[in-house]
Amino acid sequence: MGLMVVASVQKPQKIGEVISATSTSFVSQAYKLYGAPPLGSLVQAGEPATFGVVCQVRTEPFDPSRPVFARGETAADEDEVYRDNPQLSRLLTTRFDALVVGYLEGGNCFHRLPPLPPIVHSFVRSCLPDQVRIFAESLGFLHLLARDGALATDEVIGSCVQWVSAALPDSHGFLLKAGRVLAGDLSGDLPRINAILRRIAS
Amino acid sequence: MINGSSINGWPQQPSGPTGQELGHVVGGSLGQGVEVRLDSEGLVSVEDVKVGSFITIQGDRHRFFGVVTDIALGATDPRLKNGPPPGDNPLLAQVIQGTVAYGTVSVLPHLTMPMAAGDRQDPPVAAKTIPTHFSRAYSASQQDVAMVFGEEDQGHFWIGNPLDMDTKVCLDLGELVKRSIGVFGKSGTGKTFLTRLLLVGIVQGGMASSLIFDMHSEYGWSGQDSDRGISVKGLKQLFPSQVSTFTLDEESSRWRGSSTDGVVRIGYGEIEPEDVELLRETLNLSDVAASAAYNLQQHFGQNQWMSQFLAVQGQAAMAQLADQIGVQAQALGALHNRLRRIVRFRFLEENGRNDAAKEILDHLEAGKHVVLEFGRYGNDLTAYILLSNLLSRRIHDRYVELKERADGGQGKDPRPVVIVIEEAHKFLNPAVASQTIFGVIARELRKYNVTLMVIDQRPSAIDSEVMSQLGTRLTCLLDNERDIDAVLSGTPGSRQLRGVLSRLEAKQQALIFGHALPMPVVVHTREYGSSKSYAEFSRGSVNPKIVTTGTTGITETREQRLEREIKELF
Repeated sequence: MGLMVVASVQKPQKIGEVISATSTSFVSQAYKLYGAPPLGSLVQAGEPATFGVVCQVRTEPFDPSRPVFARGETAADEDEVYRDNPQLSRLLTTRFDALVVGYLEGGNCFHRLPPLPPIVHSFVRSCLPDQVRIFAESLGFLHLLARDGALATDEVIGSCVQWVSAALPDSHGFLLKAGRVLAGDLSGDLPRINAILRRIAS
Repeated sequence: MINGSSINGWPQQPSGPTGQELGHVVGGSLGQGVEVRLDSEGLVSVEDVKVGSFITIQGDRHRFFGVVTDIALGATDPRLKNGPPPGDNPLLAQVIQGTVAYGTVSVLPHLTMPMAAGDRQDPPVAAKTIPTHFSRAYSASQQDVAMVFGEEDQGHFWIGNPLDMDTKVCLDLGELVKRSIGVFGKSGTGKTFLTRLLLVGIVQGGMASSLIFDMHSEYGWSGQDSDRGISVKGLKQLFPSQVSTFTLDEESSRWRGSSTDGVVRIGYGEIEPEDVELLRETLNLSDVAASAAYNLQQHFGQNQWMSQFLAVQGQAAMAQLADQIGVQAQALGALHNRLRRIVRFRFLEENGRNDAAKEILDHLEAGKHVVLEFGRYGNDLTAYILLSNLLSRRIHDRYVELKERADGGQGKDPRPVVIVIEEAHKFLNPAVASQTIFGVIARELRKYNVTLMVIDQRPSAIDSEVMSQLGTRLTCLLDNERDIDAVLSGTPGSRQLRGVLSRLEAKQQALIFGHALPMPVVVHTREYGSSKSYAEFSRGSVNPKIVTTGTTGITETREQRLEREIKELF
């Protein structure tokens, strides 16, 4: 089943680039240090877009063989550490993982895994509120999220539902509907439902 | 919640052919009924569903009509009981409601209906299968209920309405009077009003006569509505030309302003040893003493035994008599003592001048309904048992004779008669049911066109064989386990009906099941006592000239019937 996507409005700013991809998730590198989208937010990679929900954000050294060590013993605050060590922005990078929850094809939006993952070096962009509204007309993406136990932790699912609801006019109605879909999918696992719902309602 | 008119407890589209959508079938069996899981969208709450209300289920090949027999709460995860959602998070409770925690309704499918609502070509029939998984369930629409419970007409009497619905539930009068009827319920739950309604129906239908042993003088001229503190009209006031009242107690009738058609007097000669046997409990007689009456009857003869026995005076004479007839003197003395108590009743005369039983029989055969008011004797169970047994025996004898004659081609079938008795367990308890005439009537007199309407508050005390012969049972609230068991014994789906029965409201509600209805139903009984109700009863009354044949159900005038019978003869 597909959802018609209205002729795209203005294109959102690029925030990163895909550096590795599988059918179920892709890893992106943010262009700016600490420039990753928030946990649970919806991002799109490539043209036509593959949609993902940010499920992990990490900042680490480019070269795993060069570990980071503490530098701020004499500094007054953290900013001073970065000011005194301008090379840090070249040594460190921010990467984020996204769970694939849908894709565009022929102007339609599908809430299922794409036939092929996004290509490496695809540009990754955030989604604009209008795009989120269209994407969230159907709640099929929640089934994909709920099914992935390893990456989509309760916190990720809860954050995603909350993040999407903030872009919608009837956010309470969406929370309720999304909660019911998740409760249906996880009906045999009450503690997990409780954890997700507590996160959603917080 | 959805706004709109509320029907059957659920919000409902005002004019659609089907009612509010409730949920879908998730399991069940024909014997236990099917389980319907309420929809998760939360539009229908378990609190909106009432036990006893009607449901239609749209199967693949049939549409089913059933009744809610149980309502339950379920959960997909058993851990819900151990860790319910915290009360301070309304979203959590809202989400879990209907998804993880949900409501289920047990529905017993009774009938299969035409696929298209309102199709009269294809009448409802008893369900012999159940709907498939995931069939959609709806609250029954007014149209469906009207189709099942018929419309008020000559042969169908409006007894009440299903719970929270305006549709009428109508009893098939032909079926009602064909077999015995039971009216049960705890004291003060509306048995008397229900009986009044049934009697109005029987009078209106004109298919049978009725003889009412009116213990507390409630049915004949007027009765009391103790809740509203008003007096309500009895049958005689509603149908003066069709109802005759007889009394045992002229004075009481006069005080109450009741017009009577006759006074009942009974001669000693009419009392038989069998009557004494029946009075054993109320007179506190031993087995031996009661059966001594048979010896006395043998000794003195039927017409004389009582007067001659009562004339015996002194211990020596009594001992001599005891010796002659071969019973214990002590037992005979006790019997003498107790019979003296009976003859204090003013309706008993040593030489009965008029034959009251014959007069009552004549009225019944003429198609009239007879109410026998007991007046002050109503509080004396001995008088009630004695009189009703005695008169019913005469009716029994007469009807057996008439019917046998008719079978032999010498006369027409006797008009069916319904005998109404209160405190029925006194006549029909297992110890005496085999001996009393009521036991015989309940068991076999249907063949002779005589049936019983038994009114009682302790159905468990009635002989199970008699209970099993009741065709239609109407029961108000009962809460004693044994009484509930007795009323429901032998009824399909009795386990499910138990829940319905014990949750009836204490007033104006009754569970009706049996031959006069296509399926069990809880009704809010029709109003009785307002001038509007009286007008409706009188309007529904048949022209006494019109009679309906019990067997064919054809309505015809007396002239037409005469013509037809002449044709049949020649």
